[in-house]
Amino acid sequence: MTKTPLQFRHNGRDVALFVDGGVNLLVALRELIGDMTPKFGCGQGGCGACSVLIDGELHLSCLTLAETVNGRSVETLDGLKEGPNLHPLQRAFMEQFAAQCGYCTPGMLMAAKALLDRNPSPTRAEVVEAISGNICRCTGYEPIINAILAAASGGRARA
Amino acid sequence: MLELRKDIFADERDDNLKEIGKGTQRQDMLGHVTGTSTYFDDHKLQGMLHLKVLRSPHAHARLRRIDTMEAERSPGVRRIIRGADVPRNLNTLLSLINFGKDDEPSLAVDKVRYKGEPIVAIVADSPREAFEAMAKVRVDYEPLPAVFDVEEAIKPGAPVVNEVYPKNTFIYHDVYDHQKLRFGDVERGFAEADHVLEQRYQMSPIEHAPTETNGSIAAPDTNGRYVVYTSTQALFFSLDTCAKILDVPSNTFHFIGGTVGGGFGGKVDTLTEPLAILGAMLTGRPVRYQLGREEEMQFGSPRGAERIYIKDGVMRDGRIVARKIRAYFDSGAYTRLSSYAVVKCVAHLPGPYTIPNVHGDVYCVFTNRTPATAMRGFGVTAMDFALECQMDKLAHLVGIDPMEFRILNAYRDGDMKAHRREAKNTALIECVQVAAEKAKWPLREEMKRMSSRKDGGGSRAAIPATPLEAVAQRAAVSQQRTTYDRAQPATIQQPPPLTPTPPPPRPPAPSPSHGATRFSSVFGTRRR
Repeated sequence: MTKTPLQFRHNGRDVALFVDGGVNLLVALRELIGDMTPKFGCGQGGCGACSVLIDGELHLSCLTLAETVNGRSVETLDGLKEGPNLHPLQRAFMEQFAAQCGYCTPGMLMAAKALLDRNPSPTRAEVVEAISGNICRCTGYEPIINAILAAASGGRARA
Repeated sequence: MLELRKDIFADERDDNLKEIGKGTQRQDMLGHVTGTSTYFDDHKLQGMLHLKVLRSPHAHARLRRIDTMEAERSPGVRRIIRGADVPRNLNTLLSLINFGKDDEPSLAVDKVRYKGEPIVAIVADSPREAFEAMAKVRVDYEPLPAVFDVEEAIKPGAPVVNEVYPKNTFIYHDVYDHQKLRFGDVERGFAEADHVLEQRYQMSPIEHAPTETNGSIAAPDTNGRYVVYTSTQALFFSLDTCAKILDVPSNTFHFIGGTVGGGFGGKVDTLTEPLAILGAMLTGRPVRYQLGREEEMQFGSPRGAERIYIKDGVMRDGRIVARKIRAYFDSGAYTRLSSYAVVKCVAHLPGPYTIPNVHGDVYCVFTNRTPATAMRGFGVTAMDFALECQMDKLAHLVGIDPMEFRILNAYRDGDMKAHRREAKNTALIECVQVAAEKAKWPLREEMKRMSSRKDGGGSRAAIPATPLEAVAQRAAVSQQRTTYDRAQPATIQQPPPLTPTPPPPRPPAPSPSHGATRFSSVFGTRRR
């Protein structure tokens, strides 16, 4: 099968690879680059476990053709830490018990980051709206919402 | 958020708890928030192949012929696995504890019994090539009549779902087609009761829908062993099940798991490991078998649906004097864990209440639906839903506050339970009291003073005379019999009129501040 060359920024680092036609960004990230932080949950855009940021905007990597990110910047949970330090959102998720099985957490954190990057002090309703595309089957969402609000109010000042 | 009520049962424990009541960081949390927790699918192995399964589009069909000739020549295909390749192609999960007969093949051979049943597994270089080959497998199906309703399934002449159990019920101890509970004489209780209420409850199957689907990766290790990364919730249970199906000693396998992307009971069935390992055995390469979301829903078991009939006799003063339950658990086409759910259910009857006459018959029934399995309290949860709906209706019938009605009937320390064990460490009364307090639901002072540790035992500890089969007895003419049962499924929008006497006057409307009005409005619509 003909492979298509593809080059993009992955968490601030340039990567180049060849992909089969029709390969989605989730598979490219996990299987070709080896970044296992975006997760496969449904492959249909229904659960948000594969959420990543493309040029700062939230996208579902399972529904994004890998070829379409050529020349763009892709951020995943793998790039969220600031050096050895946790991002305020990561700290808040830990402190607020915002993960149980942890499988939705990478997508939740990316959705939360997309929100706080454009709206540093969201209301509760805005937080709920921002994570409405991400399914969590364990927590019942309350701790996640609280963690994002905590990161928005206190986390940034502390960071 | 967490509140520890140390005032309740304060004398029952030392109050020097070090951990309980305090927040403690989970050991896996750092991995979760950094995305470094390793789930089964996060292993990338050199030369890994991908396994996909052809599934039945029919709920019930005979397999006349399976032709894989063309699929075998499809690009990227390494191996096609059929039922005959599975060393022991018949298993039941609880056979490891000698419970039940082997009834479920890894790959169907002669018949498919539910939509989504695995027929042929294809191991290929990529998932795409496996799917392309799958489209080239030709299966000649002879569709058979199917049965989807538990009560239809146990009628004489119903299609036989699973030949291992030709009457479409699980057979306990090689003899019994259901689990029975007999305690006292329900028929005498009904005859004495002021009101008798009979109801039918039906629940749907419930999908666990874990965000991570079931899956596993099996890889040849050194010394003839296989390492298996798996999503299972039950690591050693899955390991032993694989050893049985693949007919090898269990030390052939090194299972690695524990980090599970949500399970809730849906990852105890060893759904993927046997074929992944067999694929690795037959190709000598690592093999990954991950369910897609549709497969997770169609092949991965749900919480089984239950149909429950409850008939209760209650006195005007609020005492429940008899409770008779008949329930059918929809096990789907195979047993998986429903047989055990029934046992749990019967042990739980009649709920957390002390009732002198209890009668239970619970069936594990086979239908042409996706096999059911464990899910959070299975066997008890749906029955409790039915029982608590029934408790609200009974409270309404006798004009007693639903919270107080539960306190009145709650079991207490020293009471005899229907399965003939003394109730110990009961706490329903305290739970109701705290729930009422939190909901600002007014309880009378005497109800607030009740305790699980007072007034139990004594005559309530006795095992009543229990006839082998209770005989229906004539009830007083004043008795009110109420049934909300639907006569025909077609009359869903039109509930039948109440018979034979009109319901008692509604209790005075409680003050609207505590949610009680919502309760009555529910009954309002029901009783119209």
